[in-house]
Formats: sequence, C-alpha cells, structure tokens
Amino acid sequence: MPAKMEGIRIEIPPRFKIEIDRERCKICKRCTVNCTFDALSFNGDRIVTNHDNCVACQRCTAKCPQEAITIRANDMAYPVHFAYTDRIRRIGWEQASTGGVMLASCGNDLPYRSIFDDLVLDAAQVTNPAIDPLREPIETKCFLGSKPKKLEFEEKGDDIIFRTKLPPNLELATPIMVGQMSLGSISYNAQIALFKAAQKVGTLVGTGEGGLHPDFYKYGDIINSEVASGRFGVDANYLKKVAALEIKIGQGAKPGHGGHLPGEKTSQLISITRMIPKGTDALSPYPHHDIYSIEDLQQLIFALKEATRYRVPVGVKIAAVHNSAAIASGMVRAGADFITLDGFRGGTGATPRIIRDHAGIPIELAIATVDQRLREEGIRHKTTLCAGGSIRYSADLVKALALGADVAMICTPVLIAMGCRVCQQCHRGLCPWGIATQNPAYTQRLNIEVAATRISNLFHAWTEELREICGAMGIDSVESFVGNRDRLRYVGPNPRIADILDVKHAGEAWG
Amino acid sequence: MRRDIIKHPDSRPSTSFWGRLGRVGTIGESRGKKGRIGVTIPPNGFIKDIEACGIAGLININGKRENGSRAVDMITTMTDRENGLGAGFACYGLFPDMADFYCIQLLLDDEVAKEKVEEYLKKVGNIVKDEEVFTTPVKGMHGPYPLIWRFFMEIPPSLVQGSPHIESEDDYMVDVIMHINVRINGAFCMSSGRNMAVFKGNGWSFEIAEFYDLRERYEGYMWLAHSRFPTNTPGWWGGAHPFNILDWSLCHNGEITSYGTNKRYVEMWGYKCTLLTDSEVVTYIWDLLCRKHGLPKLIASMAMAPRYFEDISLLTEDQKKVAKALRMTYGRAMINGPFSILVGTNRPNPSMIALTDRKKLRPMIAGISDDGNTAFAASEECALNRVGDMGEVWAPITGNPVIAQLYKGIVWKGTEKQFEGKNLRMEV
Repeated sequence: MPAKMEGIRIEIPPRFKIEIDRERCKICKRCTVNCTFDALSFNGDRIVTNHDNCVACQRCTAKCPQEAITIRANDMAYPVHFAYTDRIRRIGWEQASTGGVMLASCGNDLPYRSIFDDLVLDAAQVTNPAIDPLREPIETKCFLGSKPKKLEFEEKGDDIIFRTKLPPNLELATPIMVGQMSLGSISYNAQIALFKAAQKVGTLVGTGEGGLHPDFYKYGDIINSEVASGRFGVDANYLKKVAALEIKIGQGAKPGHGGHLPGEKTSQLISITRMIPKGTDALSPYPHHDIYSIEDLQQLIFALKEATRYRVPVGVKIAAVHNSAAIASGMVRAGADFITLDGFRGGTGATPRIIRDHAGIPIELAIATVDQRLREEGIRHKTTLCAGGSIRYSADLVKALALGADVAMICTPVLIAMGCRVCQQCHRGLCPWGIATQNPAYTQRLNIEVAATRISNLFHAWTEELREICGAMGIDSVESFVGNRDRLRYVGPNPRIADILDVKHAGEAWG
Repeated sequence: MRRDIIKHPDSRPSTSFWGRLGRVGTIGESRGKKGRIGVTIPPNGFIKDIEACGIAGLININGKRENGSRAVDMITTMTDRENGLGAGFACYGLFPDMADFYCIQLLLDDEVAKEKVEEYLKKVGNIVKDEEVFTTPVKGMHGPYPLIWRFFMEIPPSLVQGSPHIESEDDYMVDVIMHINVRINGAFCMSSGRNMAVFKGNGWSFEIAEFYDLRERYEGYMWLAHSRFPTNTPGWWGGAHPFNILDWSLCHNGEITSYGTNKRYVEMWGYKCTLLTDSEVVTYIWDLLCRKHGLPKLIASMAMAPRYFEDISLLTEDQKKVAKALRMTYGRAMINGPFSILVGTNRPNPSMIALTDRKKLRPMIAGISDDGNTAFAASEECALNRVGDMGEVWAPITGNPVIAQLYKGIVWKGTEKQFEGKNLRMEV
C-alpha cells in the first residue's frame, strides 16, 4: 500500500491556463455552471480560475456569451530534455504521489506514425472511365455474417432450382458500423442518439459490455450486443432481442484487460442495465473464465447460436496483437460469423494508460495479415472482417476496406460528431458535453435529436466520400473494393510495411 | 526459316518491331521464370496489360463445322480496334476424333523447352499423340517466332489424388497447366481444353490468321476471335487473347478495376494468376463458378455482372432471395470496371456467351443469321454485316448475357428481365 502523508503531492504545473478577459466578462457565472472540473468558480466578486483542474474541454469558451474566455497551453518553460519530455516528467510526478496505475481514456495519443497516412489511392484515367456518383449508381450495401462457400443450383429446362441454406446475414446500407460503447461509458442520451442515427442510416450499433437497458429493446434490429467476460446484462431475453451477438475477447485500447466500472457509477440506470446491485463495482475479468482456449470459445459461440436458434450472426472481437492472424483463423474455424479487429489506437472509457499507449499493433497491419491468412486457408468467405480502432475519417475507412476489411467500425468519430472535444477525461465521468458521464445534470446537456442527426450526417458524409473514391477508381460497388490492395500505393519510409500490407510502392504500376 | 531464327536469335533484322523498341532479348526473366522475351514471357518492363480490343465470335447452332474464314472476316473488319500487337482465335469442335483427350497447345521457345514439357507431361499423364502445329511465315511479321506444339493427353484416374483443391481430373489438369506456365522455362500453354484449341500470337489479326492458316486448315462449330490494342506495352505471344483454361476461352475487351479483389478470390481456390492480365482472372472465375461450383451459365453471369440492389428490390420474394444470395456469396467474383467479353466453352453444353459490364462501358452486339443457324456476337455491327445474311441484330442490355448453345439456339438473348421465363424453385 503506497504511503499517504502530508506533502507527498508536489506541485505539478497546470497543463492549461484559463484567461478571462475582465473587460468583456459580465460575471453571468454561466461558465462556473458549465465547468464540470471545478476549474472556474465565483468568489462573490469575480470569476476565479483554478488552472490545475482545467482539461481544455472548451465547454466554458463555447458557452460564454461574451467570448471572454480563452484556454491556452501552459507554456511555462522547463529546461528542454528530449528524453525526459513534459509528458514523461508528469508521469513520474503523478506516480510518485499516488503509487498507482495511471488511468486514461479515449485512444492512444502518442505520435505513432499512422500507416493509413502513408497510403495513397489510385484513380481511373483513359483506359477505364471514372464514374460520377451523382449520375451513376455506386453501391455501398454490404452483408454482415458468414457466407456459404458456394451456391447450389440445378437447371432443368426453364426451371432453376436453388438448394443452398443461407447462414444469417445482416444487410448494412454502408460498410460502417458503430463499435461497442456501453451504457456506463457513455450516457443514456448518447446511446439513444446512436440507436436513432443507426436506424436512419441502416447500420449496426454495439451495446458495449454493459447489457441493454429495457428501454432500448425496441431498437433490437440494429443492435450488435456484446457478451463480455463479466457477462453483465446478459440473459436469454437480451440475447433474443438483438440483431447480432459479439463475444468480446479484447479491446484495442486495452488488450489483455477486462473492464472496470467503479461502484459509484453504478446508478439505478446502470444497475438495471447490467443486472447488478446498485452501487457495486462492475469488474469484468481479464479473460473469460470459461474460455481458456480456442475450443472453449467454440463452445460459447455455439451456446449463443443455440440460444438464438441460429437466427443471428455471432461474432468475436479481439484486439489487434502480434499473432492476430492465427488467432483469427482459429476464431473463424470455431464458428465466428464475423470477427472484429480493434487496433492499438482504439478508444475506451477507461484503461490503464500504459496499456493504452503501448500494447497492440496498428490496425492496418492486422487487417492485411488476417485477411491474407484467411484467404490462404480458404476460409475467408466464412466470416465478415470488421475493423476499427484507428479509423478517424473516411480516408482511413476506404484504406481499411482496400486492405481487406469488409466493414469499418467507428466510435471516437461518432463521439466527435455528438460534440466530443477529445479532452480524454472519459474515465472521470465528468464529461461536460453529456456524452461520457452518468450525472443527470450533465447528461441532459446532450440533445438526443440533434446528436442523432449529427451522427447520421457523419455517416452520410463518409458514405458519399466512399462513393466518390470508388467512382474515381471506376468501381461501382463496394464489394469490388474490399481487399483490392492493387488500388493502394505506399509512400511511407519503410518498404517492409508495404511488403506486409502486400501493397506496392508508389511509382510501381499495375501487376 | 523459323528454326533458323530460333537457333540464331541475333540474326533478326535490326529494323524489326522488337529491334526498334530496343527490347529484343533472347532469354529474359519474369518473376523467376526464364524464357524468350515477347514469346513465352512478357517483354522487359512489362507490368500489366491495359488494353482496348475487338472481339467477334460465331456458333453454328446446328453443329455444322466450318473453317475460320467468317471469323477472320469479322475480326479483321474492325481495324480501328487493333494496333498489330496481338490477336488470336479459338476454335471448338476442332478434333472430333480426339474429343476424349485434353489438347494442350503450347508456345515454346525452342526444342529444349519442348523436351522439358514433354518429359513433364509424360510424368503427369499419358501422351496419346503429339504433333507440331502448322505455321507459315508471314510477310510483315517479325520474329522471334515460337515453336508451336500440341499434345493430346489422358489422365489415368490413379493419378488424380491428393491436394485439397484437386477433386477431379479437371482440377488435376489445371494444376498441370499452372505448373507449365509458372515453372517450365520457355513454355507457355495457350489452351488445354478438349475438342478445341487456341491460336494466338503477336501481330495483326489477319497476320495471325495467315500464320496458322486458319481460313483453310481447321474446322469447328464455334469460333471466337480477338484483336488487341494494348495501350502501354508491346505485345507478347502469350499475352494475346483468347485466354484459356481447360475448355474455357475468353476474349476480353476492357479493364477490370476489381482485379485485386478478383485475383485474391480465385487464388483462394487454387488458381495462380501468372499472366499479369485481368483477362486471365476472368477466365478463372468462369471456370470456378461454372465448373467447380456448378452454376448455370445464366446464374454465373448474374454473379459476375449483378443487377443493382435497386433493381433487385423490384423482384419477387424468391427471386430477390436468390439475387441477394448471389451478391452476398459472390461479391468478390463480381467483375467491376468496363468490360465486354466473349466466352466459349464445351461444358456442360458447347456454348458461346457474350457479356458486358453492368454499365456497358464497352460495346457488344449480337445477331442471328437469316436461316437461324448461326449466332454471332461482336464489338461492332460492321463485323456482323461483313459476313452478311443477318437476320435479327440486337444490342444486349447492360450486364445481361447472350447465351447461344449448340443444338438449342439462343437460350438467353440479353434483353430479358432478370429470371424472365425462368421458374425459380426453392428447395432449401
């Protein structure tokens, strides 16, 4: 147990400075109400600032009617050291004070190079015509689920007999779905907004690990619900209400970790959803304690399939790690109708920072190697490959598809659409935008209809951009784009990456 | 004369096409395989075919065998569609006496390559008969000329065994062809079907016809013809069309924008894409869908050039289910980008299929002779007019196949609605 004593916390310089233009400030105190981090308060005379608490969420600047507030990075100078950067020094100070594991949220914020940014796209010239998506149809529909190896037909004169029993598949209007965010990590309002948006768009939303609130059963046909190691909120009724089931083995933000929802967050609402007593911790184990090997996974997959009478696709989600390709192959052989790969930049509501920042591999490499392995083993058709955890905008989406993913999974971009400023404080439950919090005073700040419309707008924009890119390449349907790595070129510094991606270097022609 | 050239490669006139391009080489290397540049391996610097082309074909529905004159007339009429860098023909019903045996017709650099192939074929099956294919030097064409040889093969059932992809003697044969094309230096297999052969090379279509003496020497009930206009590379013998695997032959005009996806899909089924052309991959898709998966030709066409979901939504419930199942299962076999293809096959019934992409970005016209005995398809109507006596001539609609079958006639005209006149039965 780390020692607690007077003076153990040393003064750590604030990261941000709040500047108030006293000329403009009318002392309406709106900022003090809006700030959920206690960085702004009223002392009876004027607004006072507590820089130490500021996280630069920008709520106050957005809500100040006088535009009197400015948040700046604290540019106080320490002697420069390129190894012991500001970040590293702060970690040392914090840990020496608390003796604890540092928590973080959102996704990996370190400046790792994004491989997506090192890939460029092809376009059609002369020998094949580009297609204008405003004039010609370009299709983005895709199917989530296992596909048969082949279809069986018999032709007898004018009779065509069709004999193949099709496994369950879900139709998505666009190859983008919302990943797994639980009620707990995000608010009730935020979750409704997701469901409403997905219904409008025609895609799926993950429930996260927390089960499904009874109010949301009516959205079942667009819900991909998660069965995680804690089994919170999982009962037969829940399983039967949803369109797809996903067994969560791992998460990109915390490979090898379970979940941790502290008891103080377990409100009445969360208690109903997770099916646990109010006020108790919801700790999901690191592994599933009934899955210590691949054959155990197969049993759970088939237990879920039996429970749902083989009506819904059952998938498995893993974090992208070194051996993902072999693991994914095992998952498909064990019966996973879809597999989800979550890259090392994937987001979370709470995770040990050391894991978030350093464990896992980039999603680009995971997609390429998993897709290749499944093809080599002749089982690619058996599964739908979903990939997320690094997909920031439509350019990443199209590159992920071209590398071999059937469907892209996104979370942080959806939060940003709702108004998230990426202040990375989700784990504190104080989200001033009403997204990653359970405090009713804050959650009511999120207007459900506005958020839902903003999310569906984002999906619409990405889908249109996907159409534009396909059209420019002379492709009129997204299935001809999946795994079409010949339409990508690498421009980064490390040709070895291009080899692993099976992508040629820019300057090399077709072939 | 040809032999002289092979023995003394440097004696080629320096003003030849090859000489002018400065790409003449005797032995070159492509992806680890050695061979004569421009014949059995692509020229140096060759990356991938991108081309526009002319295609033409005919089938005598009554089974009458005819010489190549009409096919040659059709293809040579469309002069604007070629630039002298490759042409070829496929003839079906060619060897009625040898119809039980695979006919492997090869382009070879020299006697050494021939011996190597022969040695290999002896090992993997029985050579029933082999002969040199007749060729004659043509004024205007320049070397290097390949040695062209055909072997008639039978595969003893005892040899068909083993690997996960090999379920039949056809699969076995596919492996044999892949081996020759990938591993044997100086050899390239032009065709490997039964009762058919492909004749192709580097030159104008009229030159290739003369080189093989197609107007006089051979007779068949179906002829396909192709002329090339490659846009970025010199032609090479092996790269000319038709492409063939078993008795699937394909003349292709277009550029497949889904090549990367299609290639990876067929590779999953044991095919090896070695020729660096998108046409090759389309040939393999036909073989995979129709032979290995047993899809009817109409259904296979629907998989390769599917209807839009918007159109599918207008179908009846059962039709919708089947159309969607096709898109779902064969999404990766869908051919995207501009194409117009002519496909010949002997199985299960000898047929000629003409198909365009679902936006019809490349031309295709079909016709039937006045007496109803011969069905035609070509890039341009002038090709049909050239052979005369045309009855009905029509333009098949986008992504809709024309299927003409021996002894049956036009079984699908390419102007019907999806599943029109077909009784779809679900026995799931």
